[in-house]
Amino acid sequence: MTRRLIAASAVVLVASMSGVLAAALVPVPSVTRDQIHEIPAGTWARRMAGEPATPFPERIRLVLGVNDVLVLRNQDDVPHQFGPALMMPGQSFRLPFTTASEFQFACTAHASGQMVIVVDPHPDTPWARLRWRAQRALELRG
Amino acid sequence: MSALFGTVLPALLLAASVAAHAAGAPSLMAGTFDPPRAAPDFTLEGSDGKPLSLSRFRGKVVVLQFGFTSCVNVCPATLATLAQVHRALGEQASGVQVVYITVDPERDDADRLSRYLAAFDAGFIGGTGTEKALADVRKAYGVAAQRNASAGSVQYGHSSFVTLIDGQGRLRALMPYGYGPEAYVHDIRALLSQ
Repeated sequence: MTRRLIAASAVVLVASMSGVLAAALVPVPSVTRDQIHEIPAGTWARRMAGEPATPFPERIRLVLGVNDVLVLRNQDDVPHQFGPALMMPGQSFRLPFTTASEFQFACTAHASGQMVIVVDPHPDTPWARLRWRAQRALELRG
Repeated sequence: MSALFGTVLPALLLAASVAAHAAGAPSLMAGTFDPPRAAPDFTLEGSDGKPLSLSRFRGKVVVLQFGFTSCVNVCPATLATLAQVHRALGEQASGVQVVYITVDPERDDADRLSRYLAAFDAGFIGGTGTEKALADVRKAYGVAAQRNASAGSVQYGHSSFVTLIDGQGRLRALMPYGYGPEAYVHDIRALLSQ
C-alpha cells in the first residue's frame, strides 16, 4: 500500500515537474499580435448622460513579440482621439510597439481622458516564460 | 462539370482575388488607420512663396509634421531624420513631399520657415497662416499644441507624431516620434508602391 502511494506520488511529482519545465522552456506562442479593443456605439452619449462608460481598461499591458500591436476600433457615433490619432466613427487605429516601456496617451474613450500602455519585454528566459504563463492563467480566470 | 465552372471556379477566383488584395496591403511600421479617410485639405501660406494646400501634392506621399522653428527637441530631431530619409530614398524622393506646419505664427513667417527648413533640406516646404487657420488645421488632424510662456521665453508643447498621406490624399499613418530613417523609408516605399 505504502509502495503504491509512493509510486503514485512520484508519478504526480514527475508530471508536475514536466509541466513546469514545459511552461518554462516552450516558447510563448503568438497566433496574432493584435490586442483589439473596441469603443462601442453610444459610449460618448452615455458619458454625456452621466452614466459610467468605460469601454476597456485605462491601463493595458502588452508584451513585445506576443501581443505588441494595439488595435482600437471606434464603433461609437462620434470621433475619438487616442494620442495623436483622431479616429472617425467606424475607423480603427493600429499601433505597433517596438520598445518595452510605459506610454501615456490622451484618450477620449475614458472619462479620465487618459490611457496608459505598459509594454513588457518579450519573455525569452525560462523564468520570464513561467511568469508570463502564470499571469495569463490568472487573467483568463478573471 | 458545368457546376465546377459555374460556382466553384468563380468562388475560387474571388477568394484568390481577396487574398491577393490582402497580401497587397502593405504592413507599415507606423500606426495605421483602417479604413483610411481623406486627409483634410487646407490653404496656408507656403514658405516657397506659393499658397500651400495638400491637393497641390496629389500623386506624392506627403510627410506632414507640426512644430515651430524655435523648438529645441522634437522638431530638429525629426527634420534631421526626414532629411536622411529624403537622401536614402534616392530617385524615389521625387515622389515625396515633406510639409512642416508651424504652431507658432507669431514668430514663424514664411521667410523664417524657408530659412529654417533649408538647413535640413531645400525641398521641404513650410506652412504658416493666421492663428485661426492653423488651429483649424490642427483640429482637423487631431494635433495638440500648447503655448507655454515663462521667463520671457515662449515654447510650445506639440504632438510629435508625423502624419503620412498617400498619393491619393488619404491619411494613412502616424509615425511615432523617435523612429529612425529606416522606418520612414520602409513605410514611404510601401505607400509609393501602391
